[in-house]
Amino acid sequence: MSSTVADALDHHDEHGPAKGIGRWLFSTNHKDIGTMYLVFSLAMFLIGGLMALVIRSELAVPGLQFVHPEVFNQMTTMHALIMVFGAVMPAFVGLANWMIPLMIGAPDMALPRMNNWSFWILPVAFGILLSTLLMPGGAPASGWTMYPPLVLQTGDAFPFLIFSVHLMGLSSIMGAINVIVTIINMRAPDMSLLKMPMFVWTWLITAYLLIAVMPVLAGAVTMLLTDQFFGTSFFLAAGGGDPVMFQHIFWFFGHPEVYIMILPAFGVVSEIIPTFSRKHLFGHDSMVYAASSIAFLSFIVWAHHMFTVGMPLTGQMFFMFATMLIAVPTGVKVFNWVATMWRGAMTFETPMLFSLAFVFLFTIGGFSGLMLAIAPADIQYHDTYFVVAHFHYVLVPGSIFAIMAGAYYWLPKWTGHMYSERLGKLHFWSSTIFVNVTFFPMHFLGLAGMPRRIPDYSTQFTDFNTIASIGAFGFGLSQLIFVWVLVSAWKGQKATDRVWEGSHGLEWTLPSPAPYHSWDTPPKARIANEAFE
Amino acid sequence: MIRKSFLSLLGMCLAGTASAEWALNMPRGITELSLETYNLHMMVFWWCVAIGVIVFGVMIVSLVKHRKSKGVEPAKFTHSMTAEVIWTAVPVVILLIMAIPTAETMVKLEDSRDPDLSIVVTGYQWKWHYKYQDSGVEFFSSLARPSVEARRKLSGINPYDVENYLLDVDNPVVVPRGSKVRMLFTSNDVIHSWWVPDLAIKKDAIPGIVNESWFRATETGTYRGQCAELCGKDHGYMPIVVEVVEPDAYQAWVDTRRDDASRVATAQ
Amino acid sequence: MTTHTDEHYYVPHGSYWPVVGSAGLLLLMVGVSTWLNGAGAGFYIMLAGLAVIIFMITGWFGTVIGESQGGLYNDQVDRSFRQGMFWFIFSEVMFFAAFFGALFYARNMAIPWLGGSSNNFFTNLLLWEGFESSWPTNGPGDVGGEFEAMPPFGLPLINTALLLSSSITVTIAHHALLAGRRTQLAMFLGFTFVLGFVFVYLQGVEYVEAYQHMNLKLTSGIYGSTFFMLTGFHGMHVTIGAIMLTIIFFRVLKGHFSREKHFAFEAVAWYWHFVDVVWVGLYVFVYWI
Ligand code: HEA
Ligand code: HEA
Ligand code: CUA
Ligand SMILES: [Cu+2]
Repeated sequence: MSSTVADALDHHDEHGPAKGIGRWLFSTNHKDIGTMYLVFSLAMFLIGGLMALVIRSELAVPGLQFVHPEVFNQMTTMHALIMVFGAVMPAFVGLANWMIPLMIGAPDMALPRMNNWSFWILPVAFGILLSTLLMPGGAPASGWTMYPPLVLQTGDAFPFLIFSVHLMGLSSIMGAINVIVTIINMRAPDMSLLKMPMFVWTWLITAYLLIAVMPVLAGAVTMLLTDQFFGTSFFLAAGGGDPVMFQHIFWFFGHPEVYIMILPAFGVVSEIIPTFSRKHLFGHDSMVYAASSIAFLSFIVWAHHMFTVGMPLTGQMFFMFATMLIAVPTGVKVFNWVATMWRGAMTFETPMLFSLAFVFLFTIGGFSGLMLAIAPADIQYHDTYFVVAHFHYVLVPGSIFAIMAGAYYWLPKWTGHMYSERLGKLHFWSSTIFVNVTFFPMHFLGLAGMPRRIPDYSTQFTDFNTIASIGAFGFGLSQLIFVWVLVSAWKGQKATDRVWEGSHGLEWTLPSPAPYHSWDTPPKARIANEAFE
Repeated sequence: MIRKSFLSLLGMCLAGTASAEWALNMPRGITELSLETYNLHMMVFWWCVAIGVIVFGVMIVSLVKHRKSKGVEPAKFTHSMTAEVIWTAVPVVILLIMAIPTAETMVKLEDSRDPDLSIVVTGYQWKWHYKYQDSGVEFFSSLARPSVEARRKLSGINPYDVENYLLDVDNPVVVPRGSKVRMLFTSNDVIHSWWVPDLAIKKDAIPGIVNESWFRATETGTYRGQCAELCGKDHGYMPIVVEVVEPDAYQAWVDTRRDDASRVATAQ
Repeated sequence: MTTHTDEHYYVPHGSYWPVVGSAGLLLLMVGVSTWLNGAGAGFYIMLAGLAVIIFMITGWFGTVIGESQGGLYNDQVDRSFRQGMFWFIFSEVMFFAAFFGALFYARNMAIPWLGGSSNNFFTNLLLWEGFESSWPTNGPGDVGGEFEAMPPFGLPLINTALLLSSSITVTIAHHALLAGRRTQLAMFLGFTFVLGFVFVYLQGVEYVEAYQHMNLKLTSGIYGSTFFMLTGFHGMHVTIGAIMLTIIFFRVLKGHFSREKHFAFEAVAWYWHFVDVVWVGLYVFVYWI
C-alpha cells in the first residue's frame, strides 16, 4: 500500500471532529449530520408552528381580524409544506442518521459525502420556499396539494415553489438511498435481516417508499411547470389533458408520503415500548410483515383523497376497499404493542409516556381515517375539518410525538447527559392535554359542516374554533418547554452507557456520548445482544 | 393519568353523538341517501368505538397492573402465532361487514338516470351559476350583501348581527320537493366543489369536465352549504342555498323567473 | 495504522463539494425561476449555477476517482457504490413512470371521457360536443392547431436500432474488460458513445422536422406534451449517459479499471441499459401503438 493511502487512512480514522464551521459544512460524520437534520427540523417545526398560530388566531372568532384571505391561504399552504417536508421528514432522517449506524454496528452511513449533500440541499430548498413570502403575489396559496388550475394562479412564487419541491425530493431520494445501502451493506456480519431492530426495519421500508414516490412528485410538479410556462396540456381538458390527472399523480406520491411520515414513528415506539416494559417486542417478525404490507397497500389507495372528483364507480369501490384493508396490518402493529406491554414491568419515563400517548392517539386518528375511507361518508367529510382532525391526530400526537419520544430516549446517548425528567413529564402532560384540546373539537366542526381552508366562518362554528385556538397556543407554548429541556440537558447529570434499565441493542453497548467514530471494526451483534439478556 | 385524559376524551365523543345534535354530528339530511350516509357514518363510528374500548381497555389494564412499582416480574413470551392470526382475521371480518352496506349505497349514489329535472351548476371565482336545463331559467348566485359588508377585514360589523353570516346568497336555487333532481357540475376557471350537507352532495366542479350527482328532497325548507374545494382567495365566500318548495310553488317560481328573463330580453 | 483490511471500515474524510453543489443549485434554481418570471438577468444566474454544478461534479468525481485509483476503497465501499447506483437508477425509472403514467391516463381515461365514455356523457354533450375520442389528439380544443403525429418508422426506427446496438457494444466492452482485452474494451466503448451521440443528433433532426414541417410542438395538446416531455427527458438522459461514457472511455485510455474493480464502468453501463429500456418503452407506447 502506498504511503499516501496510509496517510489518508490515518487522517480519517483517528481524528475527532474538525474545528469551526467546517465541521458542519463539510461533515461526513453521521452524528454531526444527524444533529444538523434534527436542529433544522426543530427550527422548521417552530416556523411552521408559528404559521399554524396565525391560522388559529384568525380562526379564533368569526370575522376577519388579522390577515387577508389570500395571506391566510398562504399560511395554510406554507404551514403544511414546512411541517411535512421541513419538520417531520428531516427529523426522521436525522434519527436515522444518528441511530441506524449505531444500531447495526456500522461506522457511519454508507455514502457519507452524499449524506452531507442530502442535508445541505434542505436549507437551500426551504430558503427558496420561505423567500416566496416576500414576493409579489405572495407565497403559494393553493394548499400543499398544489392542485391545478388554481396553483397556476400563483404569482412570482410559482417557479420557486416548483423548484423547491424538486430540491426537497432530491434531498429525500439521496437520503433514502443512503439508508438502504447502509442497512443492506453495513450491518454487523452476524445481524441477519430479521434480527434487525424495528426502527431499522421501518426505515428500510420507508426508504423504499421514498425512492418510489419522490420522483413521481418531481414529475407531477414538472408537468405543472411546463403547463405554466411552456404551453403543455397535461392538466388542460381542451388539450386532451385533465386537471384531475394531477390529483392522481400527486396522491400516488401523497398517500405513500403519509406512511413515510408514520412508519419511522412506528419504529421509534417499537424500540421504546419494549425497553420500558422490560420485555422483548412482541411479534417482531409479524411487525415486519405488517409494516411491509402497509407499504405495499399504500401504493394502491391513493384515490381515497378523490372520492368527490367524479371517478367511475368501480374505481371508487377499488380504492375504498383497498384503503379499508390498511386497517388490518396497522391493527397488527397496535395489537403487538399492546401485547408487548402486557405482563411487562412498566415504568413511565418521558419517552414511554410519549409512546403510550402515541399508541392511543394515533389509533384514534386511524379510526377517523377508517371512517374517511367509507366513500359515501367521505362525501360528507371530505375537505372539512373532520379531515383536518384526522390528519393532525396521526401527524401531531402521531409522528411528532414519536419524534419527541425518540429525542428523549436517545438524547442521553447523543449528549452523554440526562435531561430533566421533571421537565420532560411537564412537557408531555401539557402537550398531550393541549393537543387534544386543539384537534379533538375539529371533528365536531367538520361533521357540523365547516369546510377546511377558509379564513372565516359562520357563527355557529365559533365555540369549537375558539377552543381549538386556545389549545393551539397552549400546545405551542408547551413546545418551549421542549426547547428548554434540550438546552438544559447540556448541563444534566451524566448518563450511563446503557442509560435505561430495560434497553437492549447494540447502541447501548457504546459509551455515552457515543464516540465520534462509533464502530471502527464490525461488532458481533449476537454477543452485544446477549450481554443484556 | 393517561387513563383519565383518555376517558374524558371518549366521554366527550360519546356525549357528542348521543345527543346527535346538529352542531356535533353529521346532519341526517333530507334525502334517502343522506340518511343512509348518516347511518353508514354512525355504523363505522360505533365499530371504532367498540374496537377502541377493547384495545384501550386491554392497554389500560396492563398500564395499571403491569407496572414495575407493583413489583411484577416481566413475562418472557415474545410471540404467538395464534394471537397474530386472530387479530388479523377478526378485523378483516369486521371490515367486510362494513363494506357491504357501503357498497350498496355507493351504487345508488351513482344512479342519476331518469331525473325529473336537471340543473347545470358552473363554478366561478367566486360565485355559482345555475341553469335549469328544462325551463332555461338561469342566474348567478353569490354571497348576500350583508355578509359581503361584514366579512371585510376589521369591518367593524359583528358577524353575530348578520343573519346567516357567510351562508346566505342573493339568488338561492329553488327545487321542488319529491322530484329527482340531477345536478351537473362544471367550472369556468379553477376547481370548486358544490356541497350541501343536508343533501349529502359534494361534487367537484372541474373546468372542462362535467360531473353528475342527484338528490330527491323529502322535506321543504332552506338548506345551506359552501364551496368545499380551495379555489383562491374568496373560497370561503361562495355559499350555496337550496330552497326546497312544494311543486306548485316551484312552478310559480319558474314562471316569474321566466317572466323576468323575457322582460330583460325585450327591454334590450 | 498501516494495514488496510476488509475487516476495517472505510470512512472518507470531510468534503466541501456537497456545499459547493448546494450553492450551485441555489444559483441555478433562483436563476431559472427569475428568468421564467421574465427577468433577463436570471438567465445568467442560471448559467453561473450550471457552471458551479459542473465544477462541483468534476471536482467531486475527480476526488473519488483519485481515491479509487489510490486503492482506498475496499469491497464494501464498492458494494455501497453499486447499490447506491442501482437505487438511483430506480428513482429515475419512477420519474419516467410519472410521465408514462400521464400518457396512459390521458390515452385510456381522459380522452375517452372527453369523448363521452363512462360517467362522462355530459362532459361530451355540454362542453365538447362533436369531439370523438382518438389518438393522437391535441384535445377537443384543438390546442396548437392541426398537426401530424410522428410516424414510428424512419428516424425513430433508426434510432431504436442505434440505441439497441449501443447496448450490445457496451456489453461487449464489459466482457472485454472482464477478459482483460483492453483494446477491444476501448474500441467498443468508443462505438457506444458515438452511437449515443448520433442518437441525440438524430433526435434533434426529428425535433426540427416536427417543429418546421409537421406543426408538432410542445404546445400540440396532450400528444405534443407527452411526446416532447417523454422523448425530451429521455434525450437528456441519453446525452448525460453519452457524456459519462466518453469520460469512461478516456479513463480506460488512461489505464483505469481492473478486471476486479471497475465500479464506474459498470455504473455507466447500467445507466446506459436503463436509458435503452426506457427508449424501448417510448418506442412502443409513444411512436408505435
Ligand atoms: C401520518 C399520516 C397519516 C396516516 C398514518 C393516515 C392513515 C390513514 N388515513 Fe389519512 N390522511 C393524512 C395522513 C395520514 N393518514 C393526511 C395528511 C390527509 C389529508 C391530506 C390533505 O388532503 O391535505 C389524510 C386524508 C385521508 C383521507 C382523505 C380524506 C378526504 O380528503 O376526504 C382518507 C380517506 O380514506 C384517509 C384514510 C386513512 C386511513 C384508512 C388510514 C389508515 O392507515 C389508518 C389505520 C389505523 C387504524 C384503523 C387504527 C388501528 C387499527 C386497529 C386498532 C385495528 C382494528 C380496526 C378496525 C378493523 C377498524 N386519510
Ligand atoms: C406534520 C405535519 C403537521 C403538523 C405538525 C401540524 C401542526 C399543527 N397544525 Fe397543521 N396542517 C398540516 C400538517 C401539520 N400540521 C397539513 C398537511 C395541513 C393541510 C394544509 C392544506 O390544507 O393544504 C394542515 C392544516 C392545518 C389547519 C387547517 C388550515 C386550513 O384548512 O385553512 C390548521 C387549523 O387549525 C392547522 C393547525 C395546526 C396546529 C395548531 C398545529 C400545532 O401542532 C403546531 C404546534 C407548534 C407551534 C405552535 C410552534 C412552537 C412554538 C413556538 C414557535 C413558540 C411560540 C409560541 C407561542 C408564543 C404560543 N393545520
Ligand atoms: Cu369555490 Cu372554493
Ligand atoms: Cu391517503
